Formats: sequence, structure tokens, C-alpha cells
Amino acid sequence: MFRGEGETVEILSFIANNWLVILGLAGEHISIVVVAVGFAVLTGVPIGIAITQSKRVADMVLYAASIIVTIPSIALFGLMIPILSMIGQGIGWLPAVIAILLYSQLPIVRNTYTAITNVDPALREAATGMGMTPFQRLARLEIPIAIPVIMAGVRTAVVMNIGVAAIAAYIGAGGLGVLIARGISQTDPRQLITGAIAVSLLAIVADWALLKLQKRLTPEGLKR
Amino acid sequence: MIRLEDLTKIFRTPNGDVVAADRVNMEVPTGEICILLGPSGCGKTTALKMINRLIPPTSGKIYIDGKDTATLDDIELRRNIGYVIQQIGLFPNMTIEENICVVPRLLNWDAKKARDRAAELLDLVGLDARQYLRRFPKELSGGQQQRVGVIRALAADPPVMLMDEPFGAIDPINREIIQDEFLKMQSEMKKTIMFVSHDIDEAVKMGDKVAIFRAGKIEQYASPDRILAHPSNEFVADFVGADRTLKRLRLLTAEEVARSDAPITSRSTKIDDARQVLSAARARIAVVIDSDHRPVGFVTADEMTGASGTVRDLAHPLPATVPVRADLRAVVSEMFAQDTMWLACTDDQGRFAGVISQPDVTAALRATYTRDRRASEKLEAS
Ligand SMILES: Nc1ncnc2c1ncn2[C@@H]1O[C@H](COP(=O)(O)OP(=O)(O)OP(=O)(O)O)[C@@H](O)[C@H]1O
Ligand SMILES: [Mg+2]
Repeated sequence: MFRGEGETVEILSFIANNWLVILGLAGEHISIVVVAVGFAVLTGVPIGIAITQSKRVADMVLYAASIIVTIPSIALFGLMIPILSMIGQGIGWLPAVIAILLYSQLPIVRNTYTAITNVDPALREAATGMGMTPFQRLARLEIPIAIPVIMAGVRTAVVMNIGVAAIAAYIGAGGLGVLIARGISQTDPRQLITGAIAVSLLAIVADWALLKLQKRLTPEGLKR
Repeated sequence: MIRLEDLTKIFRTPNGDVVAADRVNMEVPTGEICILLGPSGCGKTTALKMINRLIPPTSGKIYIDGKDTATLDDIELRRNIGYVIQQIGLFPNMTIEENICVVPRLLNWDAKKARDRAAELLDLVGLDARQYLRRFPKELSGGQQQRVGVIRALAADPPVMLMDEPFGAIDPINREIIQDEFLKMQSEMKKTIMFVSHDIDEAVKMGDKVAIFRAGKIEQYASPDRILAHPSNEFVADFVGADRTLKRLRLLTAEEVARSDAPITSRSTKIDDARQVLSAARARIAVVIDSDHRPVGFVTADEMTGASGTVRDLAHPLPATVPVRADLRAVVSEMFAQDTMWLACTDDQGRFAGVISQPDVTAALRATYTRDRRASEKLEAS
């Protein structure tokens, strides 16, 4: 489909003529990922912390989270249609958000769990021995130390799911995937390539921004 | 006061039971330092952790100031016990100030009061507060971290301290310095301290009492001098070392042994007069002092026989002097180095403070033995 300079010019003029639409789709795309990963942080971090109490439970939860990631996204959307249809939301924004929320659990839960369990037991013992309650120990010591690794998990989740969100266009969730889907069905390389580039760019920018955020959130004393 | 009563801990492991504490009984009087001493794995850390309930005892009781700690709230109890862990354990995400203020903050101290306290403690251990408060643990040397670990435990001024090899991670020179600093602080703080060590020299230096452990059992619990002079069994004797009598030299200072009434004279004294001073004191040597009362030389009775003139003509220079506050080990070391039987002692201002001789030192060491023997004879007689 892509054969040379003529096509490049065509694509550029397509972008120039449709940049407002593209920006709108990007906005939709970002909103799906941000909402879904946001909820994933709110659920995954507490789960990751909770399972540090029992190795057996931790193994089970992490195993379940890995299984979820192996389900192809198309299949996961398909599975959700009959379930969410019961509340009239079988397709669209909600199933996309739920799918991404589920996919995000693995990197976030696993990184949280690993980071908290890797806190030097001597530090934990010092904190307890000085009279911190388990909650104080978590808030003042374990979570601040775990932040960089948890944030790395969030980054993985975001980058991975920017791709998943592109596929969600097929269940009417909107986003940049719409360009790709239309590009394929209408055999229109301009839309297809614009969509693909936009998705990649979004992933790169998001990764960079989150890396900045990760550095900002890392306690000063833990930086090298 | 800390009292342990039949304290026992058995770890149940897949490979069988490990007895880490076996009916331990001991009492640490208020304001004293008790050293838990023993080879690796003998249960020192376990004993310490049972006191702040990081490890629940299998059986037995722990009393602090007469209160059974099992009846107290764990969190409350720990906030009132200063705890220095074996691995220092400064929190890397907090500044030095925040580290020191951990317990004061848990106790809801006013923020300003906690900050002032942190600065005061840093200055106390010779770290410039302005420079170090805002630093992070990784920006401190091992020895500095260890100092901060100790003052962090002291921050809320707890009456009881548990210290697990608090000076373990530093080189011998800095360790001596920190030990001295800590002893100086303790002479004012008068805290009740349980202090784990595996270094007999540290135990002798720091302890009012020393408890020697083997496989969870106390082998001997006594003053450092008593343990060195009278190890209760083969194990203790081996553990404190074949040079245990030499170690006792550190327990006495020159001040306690030196003769402060040793004869003195001055350069301008006539030899005849000096001779009379010596024969009145029944001594063979007089120390020559200058107008500031500083020792500058010596004269001997033999050389003065039949001589005339002033002391200046016959005076020899002193090979060395020792501070009267030095311990006997330093004194004896100086004697050997100078190949001399005696040395003049000086006080803090460098003034003459007495003479110490090798026979005085041996007599002092012997005195402990005979004093102990007399005491035990009295005990048997009664
Ligand atoms: N949690 C545990 N589970 C099983 N055994 C343990 C546990 N903690 C300690 N032990 C065992 O109890 C014994 C005493 O250990 P402890 O840590 O009190 O020794 P220690 O005297 O402090 O040694 P060190 O000088 O090496 O620090 C050791 O044999 C150790 O292996
Ligand atoms: Mg230990």
C-alpha cells in the first residue's frame, strides 16, 4: 500500500486536514487508558500490598493475573459482551476500560508485591522495634521505598495498554484505533498509517512522561 | 531495672527445634550497662528482641521496672525502649533529621521540639547539625551512620536501651572513639542498657556487668573484672582468652595505682637536701620538677652519694611520662617501649601526679585476686 514519496505527501496532507479529528481520537484514547490504569493503581497497589502477608495467596493472585494477560484482547472483549450486555454496556467505552484494568493488574500487583517484599527486613524490623504500627511502617517506610518499582509497573501497564486500547475501536470504544480499523476496512493507507504512527507516538510520549513522574516521586534519599 | 525470669525461646524449624534461650535469669539494675557476650548464634539477638517483643518468648517473664511486659501494649512498650539494630537500619528515604525524629514524631512531639532535639543530639556526637540534618543516610560514612543509629534510639530519651552490636560496623580506631563518646554520654544519661557484643575488649570496656552466653544459656554473669579474674568454667576462660589478666589492665587507671607521694625535688635544690628527702621517704629515686610543677627529670640516690652541688648536675631526663588517667594497659605498654621499671604520671595540665612502677601494677592485679579470695573465704566461713 505504501509505495513512496507520493504517499508520504498524501499522508501529511491527510494529517493536516484532519488534525482536529485525530486530536479528538487521541483524547478518547488517553481517557480510556488513564481511567483504566488509574483504577488499576487504586486496586492493584492495595492488592500487591495485601498479598505480602501470605506467600500462598501471593502466588495464587500473581498466577491469576498472568493468566489474564495471556487472554487475547479480542477474546476478552468477546467474553465481556454477554456479561456487560446485562447492564446495556456490552460494547463501547466500559468494556475497554475493564479489559485494560484487568491487563494492568499483573505489572502493578507484581511490582508492588516485589517492591514491598524486597524492602530490607532489617529496616522493617527497625521500624517495628521503634514502635511503628504496621500501617505507619507501610506509609513512612515501605511505600516510599517501593515507589520507583511501583511506578515502573504503572509505566509498563500504560505502554502495553495503549496498544490494547487501539484494538478496542472494534467494540466501539473510540480512540486512535478507529483510524486503523477504518484504514483496514476502507483499504485507506493514509488512515491506517496515521493511526499506527499516532499510537506509537502516544506510547513513547506516555513512557517518557511517566519516567519523569517516576523520578519526581522517588524519595530524594533513594536516588543515585 | 530489667529482670529476665526463666526466659526461654525455642524456634520450631523443619530441621528440629532450636533452643535460642534456655531459662535465662538475670537482672540489670537501673542506670547500668549489661553486655550480652558470646559466640555467633548463642542467642544474644534473640534475648534482646524478646525484651521489646519483636520475638515472643516461648516461656518465662520479662519485667521492666517491676512491670511484666507481657501485660503492656507492644507499641507503647517499644516507643519507650531505645532500639539499635545490628545492621544500623537508617531509613534511606528519610533525611538524618527525619530518621532521628521517628520516635518523637510517633509520640506526637511538637515539630520544633523534635527538630531541636535532633540538632542537639547530632552535636553531642560531634556531627555538625547544620551540615548533616538535611543529608540522607547514603551520604554518610559507616561510622557516621552508626552514630546516627545510636542517637536515633536516644531521641525520645527512653529510660531503657537495647543495643545490638551498635559499634560493630566500624574500624577499631573509630570504634574506640565512639565507645568513649558513648560512655561519656551514659555517665550523664544513666540509662538502663542491654548491649550485645561479641568482642571481649568492648565488653570489658563498656560493661558494668557482663553476661556470657553459650547456646542460649548464661555461663557467667558478673562484673568484667570478676569474669576476667575468675572465669566460672573452661568455656568462659577460653572465651575471654588466655591473655585475660592483661585484659584486666584496662579496668584500672594509673591514678588508682600511682604513688602520688613519691619524693620530688627541683633543679636548684642542693644535693645534700635532695639526699635527705630520699632517705626520709626511704626511696631511691626522686622526680625533678620545674617551677610549674611539671616533671622534667630524675635523680638517683646512688649517684648522689658523696656528690656535691645542685640536683641540676646529676639530673637525667625522663624517658617518657603517662597521663594519670591512662589505663594500665597503656602504662605498661609505655614501660615496655621505654624499657623502664617506672614512669612519672601527669595530670590534665601536665603537672606531676605521681610515680607508677611495674611492681605497683602487679600488686594491683594481685589485689583483685586476694580481695576476691578473702571474700569467698568469708562466705564459706559464714
Ligand atoms: N527466626 C528464627 N527461626 C529459627 N531459628 C532462629 C531464628 N532466629 C534465630 N534463630 C536461631 O537461634 C539461634 C540464636 O540466634 P541469634 O540471632 O540470637 O544469635 P546471636 O547470638 O545474635 O548471633 P550473632 O552474634 O551472629 O548475631 C541461632 O542458632 C539461630 O540460628
Ligand atoms: Mg545477633
